[in-house]
Amino acid sequence: MEEMTRRRLLALPVSIPLSLGIPAGTLRPEANNRTTDSESEKQAQRARERVRRRYFPDVILTTHEGKSARFYEDLIKDKSVVLNMMYADCEGVCPGITANLVRVQTLLGDRVGRDIFFYSLTLKPERDDSTALKHYAEIHKVGPGWLFLTGKLADVELLRRKLGFTNPDPKLDADTSEHIGNIRFGNEPRTQWAACPGLAKPTWIVEELSWVMRPPANRSRA
Amino acid sequence: MYFNIFGEKVSRVRYKEMISAQKNRRELIAARLSRRELIRMGLVTSAGYLIVKPGLSARAETGIPTGQPASLQQCPTSFRPFKDPLPISPVKQPLAALHPAPTVLPNPEAGEARVIPHQAFNTFPPVKFYEVHQTPAAVRIHSDLCVQNLWGFDGIVPGPTYVARYGEPILVRNFNDLPGVNGGFGLNSVTTHLHNGHTPSESDGNPCDFFEAGHFYDQHYPNVLAGVLSTHQAQGGDINESLSTLWYHDHRVDHTAQNVYKGLYGYYLLFNEKDNGDETDPRGFRLPSFPEFDIRLDFADKVLDEDGQIFFDLFNLDGILGDTFLVNGKVQPFLKVKPRRYRFRWLDVGPSRFYELFFTDLDNLNRQIPFWHIANDGNLLPRPVQVTSARLGPAERHDIIIDFSPFKNKTIYLENRLMQSSGIGPDKSPNIAAAGHGNLLLKIIVDNQPVPDNSADPATMTFYNLPDRTETPRIQRTFAFKRFNGMWTINDQFMSCDERRFHVKKNSVEHWVLMNLSGDWEHPVHIHLEEHQILSRQLQQVSAVEVGRKDVSRLQRNEHVRLFFRFRDFTGKYPLHCHNTVHEDHAMMLLWEVNEDGDGKLVP
Repeated sequence: MEEMTRRRLLALPVSIPLSLGIPAGTLRPEANNRTTDSESEKQAQRARERVRRRYFPDVILTTHEGKSARFYEDLIKDKSVVLNMMYADCEGVCPGITANLVRVQTLLGDRVGRDIFFYSLTLKPERDDSTALKHYAEIHKVGPGWLFLTGKLADVELLRRKLGFTNPDPKLDADTSEHIGNIRFGNEPRTQWAACPGLAKPTWIVEELSWVMRPPANRSRA
Repeated sequence: MYFNIFGEKVSRVRYKEMISAQKNRRELIAARLSRRELIRMGLVTSAGYLIVKPGLSARAETGIPTGQPASLQQCPTSFRPFKDPLPISPVKQPLAALHPAPTVLPNPEAGEARVIPHQAFNTFPPVKFYEVHQTPAAVRIHSDLCVQNLWGFDGIVPGPTYVARYGEPILVRNFNDLPGVNGGFGLNSVTTHLHNGHTPSESDGNPCDFFEAGHFYDQHYPNVLAGVLSTHQAQGGDINESLSTLWYHDHRVDHTAQNVYKGLYGYYLLFNEKDNGDETDPRGFRLPSFPEFDIRLDFADKVLDEDGQIFFDLFNLDGILGDTFLVNGKVQPFLKVKPRRYRFRWLDVGPSRFYELFFTDLDNLNRQIPFWHIANDGNLLPRPVQVTSARLGPAERHDIIIDFSPFKNKTIYLENRLMQSSGIGPDKSPNIAAAGHGNLLLKIIVDNQPVPDNSADPATMTFYNLPDRTETPRIQRTFAFKRFNGMWTINDQFMSCDERRFHVKKNSVEHWVLMNLSGDWEHPVHIHLEEHQILSRQLQQVSAVEVGRKDVSRLQRNEHVRLFFRFRDFTGKYPLHCHNTVHEDHAMMLLWEVNEDGDGKLVP
């Protein structure tokens, strides 16, 4: 599949927007990101392509609304996103992280669903079908712009590894209750990616998101 | 199902290939094949190092071959080791004046991003002025590889070296001219820390004092000895607190690992009347003269992608290890030396690798090559300690003296023999590879012609006394370093720029106990402003080379260390953090502050 996508990209070079591919409705890059230098644009596109190939396989997932979505093309490409992993009957860190991210979502207001998208991927796709995830989203009062995702076990496992939700100790890695509580977030067209603990203070997470998602401001603190 | 290091599903055949690559290398080590045999088998070059070919030395630690995905650029991925000479970064030159002139108050009209006035500008008015620009840097890390698009101070990697002197305060006007297009990693929002500087908070390069492209930040470095405004006012500071090998690097909160990996670092050397860079001056320590016989060597391990381009593993929050070893920004370079004594200033740039450095004679692997360990974290020890190897963790510096006179007309190598397979830390012992089977970092070609050597014999040298550490502390604080569902914490809390976790009383003594409660993980812990002395390690004796002043203490497996601090002279906020920058960026950090009162928080 990766090879096909690459071929499509190579076959249709003119279809790749040269202004970093930011569609209307997503965050606009700051002025100094707009460059007319074509070599710089080429580098930016190559960087995007490298990051895509390394981390974002275009596997097909199912949302808690029962729709199917391609991971890269539909969920990541051209967007600013927040990603985490959870499962519905998790009694460890998941409920706390979900509740925390709900507060982050509230702080971001209507930007979620407009120019920032939240995705929670289940670690137990064999148990968490879209109905279970819909129920989970409802109990946690999750707002629009936040999708809970399930899929084929092998696809979910591939994403888990690609996105680094793994533990170098194989015993801990196999124990779902020890799963990684960090969230990943980034701005795909700008290839700006970062991560933080899912339990960090919501106001702090919002600030961390802002550095990669919108034109930053000097923030030297007294 | 089988996976490689990037989490990509691989076929069973491919997986077996990976495992056999790993085995290959182990067998080579186990068989202890002679160099001649290896050359005959085509497994090493005549230079004596494993040839880079997929499945063998490439990413040997994990057995993952490179070169699997298709190239986007048609660039070579292999290179011949020891082909390029060791580069030495240029000495940064001052300007006659800065325009506009620096001011105590921030100058936002001119584009300055600083918001805090300089606290010691009038006390130690700068006498030298520098201007540095952080810009894209098109560099070659090896002449066989394509150009890399990195970032550097003045557009070079590593950046220029500052050569400073005690008693000469300087001011560096630091410009952020970095682009928004990052080539895959790096954030063009920066703050530059002078690592181990006795620096006022607002010039320290605090992780939270970051500034954006198009702005500058004036950093005032007083170059004063600790105690200058407190315990040793009459003497102009305590000579026993002298620093020598510092480095500067980006410290942007959340983004330090990416930005330093991309090239934003360099050396800062500090001389005084004793450590004066002149081996002929009888008033000094007569250490090998700078710059000819005093050479800085920084170590960085990188991952190269399918185009031989430096690649940052974005979603690795444990520790990033590379299989390509750079010294001063070049892959496995060579250095020609004279048969005499040299001072080397070693620095582990990170992000996550630990080294055990040896000198290796490939023609006589049993030969133990001793050298003198003279400074730890850039601070001269009470006296040189003779060793045959030195352990170096991320951000640590070791200064050493090696005498090349026994090696006339010979070639020896600087070799890392410490085995490390993941961000956890060095492998469990035994973790030292056999001589010649580690990572050969630098080829050293020793000239035949004798040259004068006016440097003193390290066996007869003494340096500074250890500052007194018997004073009763005002408080003993405890810090637990933990991992909780993959999240890094100190005392169960995460980093935030909005909090000062505790307050230290200016000009007071404290003991800090750092506890590693993260199991097998190792953390090189760095504390700004003041150095510390290690009072005790829970699981072992403090080694002779650690009986000195440190700014990074390696918190080894399940270990507790107790540190002595005397906080002096300046006030403001400073961080404490793990210097495995991948841990640091993901919340294993906290801010504390020096003020006039201090607080009583025992577990902040």
